[in-house]
Amino acid sequence: MFAISSSDIAVHELRARLSNPGSGGVCVFEGWVRDENEGRTVLRLEYEVYEPLAVAEGEKVIAEAKQQFPFLEATCVHRSGLLEIGDCAVWVGVSARHRNEAFKACRYIIDEIKVRLPIWKKEHYADGDSGWVVCERCANVRHG
Amino acid sequence: MKTITVRYFAGFREYAGLGEETLQLDVVTAMDVFNETRERHGSTEPTGHCKVAINDEMADWTAKVNDGDTVLLFPPVAGG
Repeated sequence: MFAISSSDIAVHELRARLSNPGSGGVCVFEGWVRDENEGRTVLRLEYEVYEPLAVAEGEKVIAEAKQQFPFLEATCVHRSGLLEIGDCAVWVGVSARHRNEAFKACRYIIDEIKVRLPIWKKEHYADGDSGWVVCERCANVRHG
Repeated sequence: MKTITVRYFAGFREYAGLGEETLQLDVVTAMDVFNETRERHGSTEPTGHCKVAINDEMADWTAKVNDGDTVLLFPPVAGG
């Protein structure tokens, strides 16, 4: 399941959805809002999301991960709107029979989501400036 | 000429000063639409990391556009 949330991500609720009697482990990645980017102090973030396509593409990414690394359950939620430092911006959880599939599928999902979904991040800086982030580095660390 | 609705997102929307416009364009592909609007709004963004969708389906820049289509122009994405 992939979803966009305009309010705080309910981490514990999401984790419960991964429960499966066949699962031997769960791998979770949480992306948090950091107070610095490329040397500039960041005060807050704003995510713009084109939801219809973001959800469709997010579901596609999860299906691709399942085909490559057969897991039992997976959930991913990405935030939209205004976020403060320390807020959870994206949550990915995968439960599988064995840890290898869980780790690999989790990594695949977060890496693909960062570069494929119509989601844009605007950083608001301490000096009053703001700007849309272009993350070329993201594509280079895919599945590293 | 084709009637094409173009939707702009994030930086593109700010650059164009609007979220959507319907234009009469002499275009064949999604790339032609991007080039036309770039010229219109004076944008210098290269297509390299940009993406395009036609009628809510992700598309290639070489995809054909038809009369009445909605073309969505996405600047470089940055999820996560």
